Amino acid sequence: MHEKVDVLIIGSGASGAAVAWSLTETKMRILCLEQGDWMKQSDYPSNGRDYEARVFSDYATSPNIRQRPSDYPINDDNSPIKVVNFNAVGGSTVMYTAHYPRLHPSDFRVRSLDGVADDWPIDYPTLEPFFAENDRMTGVSGLAGDPAYPAHEPPMPPLPLGKTGFKIGTTMNQLGWHWWPSDSAIATTEYDGRAPCINLGHCTPACAQGAKASTDITYWPHAIRAGVELRTNCRVREITTGPGGMATGAIYYDLDGAEHFQPAEVVIMACNGVGTARLLLNSSSARFPKGLANSSGLVGKNLMFHPWAHVTGYVDEPMDGHRGPPLCLWSQEFYETDRSRGFVRGFNFQFNRTMGVGTEAMNAEANGLLPWGEAHHDTFRAMIGHRMSVGICTEDLPEEHNRVTLDPVLKDRHGIPAPRIDYTIGDNTNRMLDFAIERGKEILAAANARQVHTVRPVVYGGWHLLGTARMGNDPERSVVNSWGRSHDVKNLFIVDGSVFVTSGGVNPTCTIQALALYIADSMKQRLATLFD
Amino acid sequence: MSEQSLTDAEIADLRCLAGMMIPASRKYDVPGADDPAIFADIVNSIGRDGDNVRGALATLRTFSGGPLTAVDAARRTEVAAKLRAEGGVPVSVLTRIVMLCYYRDERVMLSLGLEPRAPFPKGHIVEQGDWSLLDPVRARNPFWRQVP
Repeated sequence: MHEKVDVLIIGSGASGAAVAWSLTETKMRILCLEQGDWMKQSDYPSNGRDYEARVFSDYATSPNIRQRPSDYPINDDNSPIKVVNFNAVGGSTVMYTAHYPRLHPSDFRVRSLDGVADDWPIDYPTLEPFFAENDRMTGVSGLAGDPAYPAHEPPMPPLPLGKTGFKIGTTMNQLGWHWWPSDSAIATTEYDGRAPCINLGHCTPACAQGAKASTDITYWPHAIRAGVELRTNCRVREITTGPGGMATGAIYYDLDGAEHFQPAEVVIMACNGVGTARLLLNSSSARFPKGLANSSGLVGKNLMFHPWAHVTGYVDEPMDGHRGPPLCLWSQEFYETDRSRGFVRGFNFQFNRTMGVGTEAMNAEANGLLPWGEAHHDTFRAMIGHRMSVGICTEDLPEEHNRVTLDPVLKDRHGIPAPRIDYTIGDNTNRMLDFAIERGKEILAAANARQVHTVRPVVYGGWHLLGTARMGNDPERSVVNSWGRSHDVKNLFIVDGSVFVTSGGVNPTCTIQALALYIADSMKQRLATLFD
Repeated sequence: MSEQSLTDAEIADLRCLAGMMIPASRKYDVPGADDPAIFADIVNSIGRDGDNVRGALATLRTFSGGPLTAVDAARRTEVAAKLRAEGGVPVSVLTRIVMLCYYRDERVMLSLGLEPRAPFPKGHIVEQGDWSLLDPVRARNPFWRQVP
């Protein structure tokens, strides 16, 4: 039995770190339980010559392949898109590409504007100060003045344009389509003790330079300095509740498998769209037979991924290849609804630099573009350093049949039931993908690219785990209220991507963290009446 | 099971197949994937993919009707083509290991004009570029959707 804390946070990733830091101002006793451990930059793949191969072993994006002790298995057999994540201090910010767009104002009013899904109970102006605060804490690079967004000013200059950016920008200008340097959670100057990017490339499986803003090196040092305790290698089994229906703490297993109970006045869930749903469903009791905070029956439902596609080809001009962050530019030419396209909502083009030479060979071979035998060398030498890549991130609408449940058989190494994913890509999204891929091909045609190849969907593309504990004003149609508090359990909060009502068509980490800061601020404003 | 070593027969087939995937090239003065150093790296890198690699080699042996090394060159080419077309995930895994090991060999990297090194700590130079390329986009009016 541990001493009771004021605030218990489950998960130390994007949202858990942000909410922990923000709440330090209250001087409450705050504890975060994290199922993984601290990572070491000296262990990251880009320190070694085998850096590309490690993406298929201890730095695989799928926990089912990676199988670190901190990982839990996920049954995603019934989904065309597989869940990817990372479990350590910093969570999936350790292993993300740091593409950092905000949701747009229209993303919060989908029902009002387009007659589908639901409106959020909050809006863009509500989050705007928290976007700015998060940009400052995270250290965002970018360029002010993007006409696709309300005005905002990233604190650092953008990542370099390079050869790849020049080719893409020239092509997009030729088409008359929008493009802009991506807001990126990568330091381009020295920032808050972090070194600037030195163009290692290979950003996704952790940054050896420490330029990429994973929360273990952004929020956590500040939070710990301010008194937060971060307890690692603690896998939470369930949130406990008392006779009054309030959360009383959490039961977890330590590294040796010993069971602990950690009591708390307030519990905050920050395990994202699969982990939070799993834990709430695993916390059922006589009072909460469908799982904790689940009187609406919506915990685990409305899972949204952002189905992803790639269109790639090879151009005559030399590109940056593996040099520099994959992140480069975005285009939001087709982000907002235009019903003449045959679907509502929209998508983001994400233009990337490409990969290491081994990965390029492997992908070209897998795509049927690279022969075996004598012709291999000539063919590959014409390809290397010439690939142009158009990534497509489509908005995924909430559908209740897309869901996280508990697998009846699969369990993690502690015997805790594992999550099961049932998911299909919606009709609107499929029409959007059709349209987006054709536009991607137009871009490559304008660039005079050859050997054009499409991947649809990107199978290991389930990075964005959203919607499984949505926020709203109606307790029958949502899990948490407009400031993140469970409708059912008044000292239980959720701050991660599971509270998203709709997904937008961009990477969500920036918005997840702004939401976490907003919820923390809402808690601070209401400390005297928090449980009313 | 997955970490179990390959048998001598499996290793012989794998080496033959790797050399067929990426043969040595006089034109570029590079070894093939069956080069002793590269092949040793391939075998040492199988690790957790052992089941898939053994599965691919078992399929290969079925297609060739015995050891790949025992059939003539024309037949080997037919068998390799069939394996590539029909081998599924196990062959994809095996191919990935061959490609990733081949394209980190120092001789191969140098012949491609690439430095055989880890990305960190040296990094790379990427030119900042001329952001005036954005001028046509800057000239556009804001087009994000206004919300009433």
